[in-house]
Amino acid sequence: MAEPKHQAARAERAKKTVAKIQKLAGETLREVRREQNPAVSIPIRALSNVTFSAKRQLIELGDKSQSREFFNVSMAKKFMQTFLVAGACKDLLESGKTTSIRDLFYMTKHTIKGAKENTFDDQVESDPIIEDLEVSLDALREELHLFAAKRGSMVGPMVIVDAGDEIDLARMGSGGWSIPSITEDYVIEFKKSEAEYVLLVEKEAVWHRLNEDKFWKKHKCMLVTGNGQATRGVRRLLQRMATELKIPLYVLVDNDPWGLYIYSVVKQGSISLAYESMRMAVPKARFLGLRTRDFKRFKLSEDVKIDLEKEDIARAKQMLAYPWFAAKHWQEEIGDLLAAGFKMEIEALSNKDISFVTDVYVPEKIAKKDWLA
Amino acid sequence: MAKQAPKAAAAPEQGSLPLAPPPAPVSAPPPASTDARPARRATAESMAQKQREISVSEFFTKNRHLLGFDNPAKALLTTVKEAVDNALDACEEAGILPTLVVEIAEVSENRYRVAIEDNGPGIVKEQIPKIFAKLLYGSKFHRLKQSRGQQGIGISAAGLYAMLTTGKPLVITSKTGQGRVARRVVLRIDTRKNQPDVLEDTAVEWEKDHGTRVELELTGSYRGGRTGVDAYLEQTVVANPHLELLYLPPKSEARSYPRAANELPREAQEIKPHPAGVELGMLLHMLQDARGMTVKQALVDGFSRVSPALAEQVCVKAGVRGTIKAPDLTGEDAERLHKALGEVKVLAPSASCVVPIGEALIVEGLKRRFHGAMYFSTTRPPAVYRGNPFVVECGIAYGGDLPLDESAEVMRFANRVPLQYQPRACAISESVYEINWKNYELQQPRGGLPVAPMAIFVHLASVWVPFTSEAKEAVAHYPELLAEIKLALQECGRKLAASLRARDRAESEAKRRSIFERYIPELGASLSKITGDDREKIELAFHRTMTNFVKVIELPAPAAAAPPDDADPPAADASA
Repeated sequence: MAEPKHQAARAERAKKTVAKIQKLAGETLREVRREQNPAVSIPIRALSNVTFSAKRQLIELGDKSQSREFFNVSMAKKFMQTFLVAGACKDLLESGKTTSIRDLFYMTKHTIKGAKENTFDDQVESDPIIEDLEVSLDALREELHLFAAKRGSMVGPMVIVDAGDEIDLARMGSGGWSIPSITEDYVIEFKKSEAEYVLLVEKEAVWHRLNEDKFWKKHKCMLVTGNGQATRGVRRLLQRMATELKIPLYVLVDNDPWGLYIYSVVKQGSISLAYESMRMAVPKARFLGLRTRDFKRFKLSEDVKIDLEKEDIARAKQMLAYPWFAAKHWQEEIGDLLAAGFKMEIEALSNKDISFVTDVYVPEKIAKKDWLA
Repeated sequence: MAKQAPKAAAAPEQGSLPLAPPPAPVSAPPPASTDARPARRATAESMAQKQREISVSEFFTKNRHLLGFDNPAKALLTTVKEAVDNALDACEEAGILPTLVVEIAEVSENRYRVAIEDNGPGIVKEQIPKIFAKLLYGSKFHRLKQSRGQQGIGISAAGLYAMLTTGKPLVITSKTGQGRVARRVVLRIDTRKNQPDVLEDTAVEWEKDHGTRVELELTGSYRGGRTGVDAYLEQTVVANPHLELLYLPPKSEARSYPRAANELPREAQEIKPHPAGVELGMLLHMLQDARGMTVKQALVDGFSRVSPALAEQVCVKAGVRGTIKAPDLTGEDAERLHKALGEVKVLAPSASCVVPIGEALIVEGLKRRFHGAMYFSTTRPPAVYRGNPFVVECGIAYGGDLPLDESAEVMRFANRVPLQYQPRACAISESVYEINWKNYELQQPRGGLPVAPMAIFVHLASVWVPFTSEAKEAVAHYPELLAEIKLALQECGRKLAASLRARDRAESEAKRRSIFERYIPELGASLSKITGDDREKIELAFHRTMTNFVKVIELPAPAAAAPPDDADPPAADASA
């Protein structure tokens, strides 16, 4: 049984994280006792502090950081919140429990004594504090025993061990295996795999079509959906499959800026989670479609066209400026979208035939190596 | 009234004078003949028959607007104002702390009985009819001394107005001292002769030691607002902290203002005219009146600040022999003398003739009307325009229960008399508008008054206040006056701004402190949980360290606590 070993490793990791939290708090106390302004250094998670490494094909966090001081009116509350979250995480770590970031919001939310003010009013406030803590402690969310709400499903010819339970992903029925928010190797183990590639589809409906048509059986692939933007758990899983199983990843998204963005995050990471790119990005991810040119190539009906909205155009133009889309083929791809003036959903393919995506679109594209990367 | 006056009449007031020549007695227009010369309508002799003196009273009847009786509301205000001004002048001249009673009772619609009673020195029996029923009779016109009234026209004009509108005579009660008999005089004015007409003169019992009571009945209109009687009295109370007033308004309850200062303003010294502002006509008058004096002597005697040496210098400059008799000087010589007087350097007149309220008493006065959070005041050093010394003072009441989002109230005073009409024509208002109040931490819409919980007080004290008209409603725009008013406002504004900034700093520090203090217990709990250290000790460390990052600022005491600065007048001269 591998379980006790897992438990021990887990406890060991928790101890390390608690030590990190204690170090941060200890430094703060020392500063206060020296009558200095206590400060926590937090790497800045914004476009201004990320760089695109052309060599590694990753978005990486720069070394700029801000000093969060307590005796500074604009920072005092966030400073207090940072240690409030840190304290809650310490409790979690010591009790060996994990919880959702929503749950943590409720754990730390209360009315401040003697004031008509809450420690947190909204989860929107506590989530960035967790990310701040991650970067300043250099500890990942799961190392803090936190996870986001899970989202995403997978099926395919593979057997895994999930928290000690062996699961055959080829026998998941119509719903598929739901991907947990923590997909590290101490939770998920790849036991046996016959998959030749991974197909990530943006839309759950398309995933459903492909699953019902048993696409993955015929083509020996892992069929994954992130239900829109892939969560950290899904992304970590994609990277592990790509690196550990050494199989390519294909991405099928809507033909619009949002679809391109989903692909881009999977490929080289996001700005706000740049510090995790190393663990999550799949720089070799292949962009299958939908592409603007598919409209002509597959002789799609005029009915599937949707006019680009103002925000779409603005977003597309913004993306033209990102260094990771600087390559000529990406500039052309985005340029085509802007020039055409319309967008399409993957479901547009169903306009030709309900199983067009399964029978023609995906196999043909993969066979003809018609993708971008 | 001769309203059927000829169309050619220039102005209705003049054209409708009964004394003006009636329509020319021409039977028919001149025929359109080749003869271009118009026919004669009257001869010098026939015109002479219709020419005669116009009495001042008659002139007033036609031109009451010149003296502030243009409409019923203004008439009521002017009446109260003239009587109160006179009473205050009399008390101060006699050295009595004034206690006044103002009663306004509605007799019938638009008809009011007004009574103003003072504790002044009283008026001797013989003078009563002349003072109250003869226009342009008084003690103030012929001298250069700071006082509220200037021409001796006000109260008699009020009496005349009352008589004209209601037909009721004036009733004056006056007593000149303890043990004396009080007289009650009922008076009428003979408008033709400008002479008083005494209807009754009786001895009466009066419990007062001394004082005067004026009663008159007039057509008027009682109303509130900036130009009302209430506003006048409220402002008078502000500018005269030594005044005790009981006011019985027609409709509401009696208002009592106890004395806020138990000292009389210093008595203003009477001065001789200063050469800098003298006009040629006045100089001629002086020379003519100086019987038996040489030109040099006349100059020294008639003017302030003219020494024999200076008089000699003027004569030399004018090419006039200083030893000839003054009345013998020719017109041309006098003209040259006048020119020379304007060219020589003359010391500015002594400032002792001007009596400011003083910074401390301005604050006391403002406190009688406003419940502000802060008060500021400034009394400028004396300055001179056209040879007249003057002092400008400014006061500001700020915060407290003053309205937050309204334009600041501006109170204008000349020799402690509120100016209520014609703010737009007044040098004081203009100065307030022209100040950039944004420099003093206040909001100010373009071209407007500052919007703040604030009242602005401006007092101009001078021997001769230059009004724009005889109604004494607005101060004329002399550059010297404008400059001084602005300096006073700016000085006061700086004091206000310093306090506001200090208050803001203190408030923002207190606010910062409260933010830190609010979060320290939270931090104490979290850090104690993480490190295992004692929570109280952690919080104590935070509190101790906080003092390095939060300043403790005490609010400065805003009001000036200095002693009244006009109690002992400095001997220093006004700098011109």
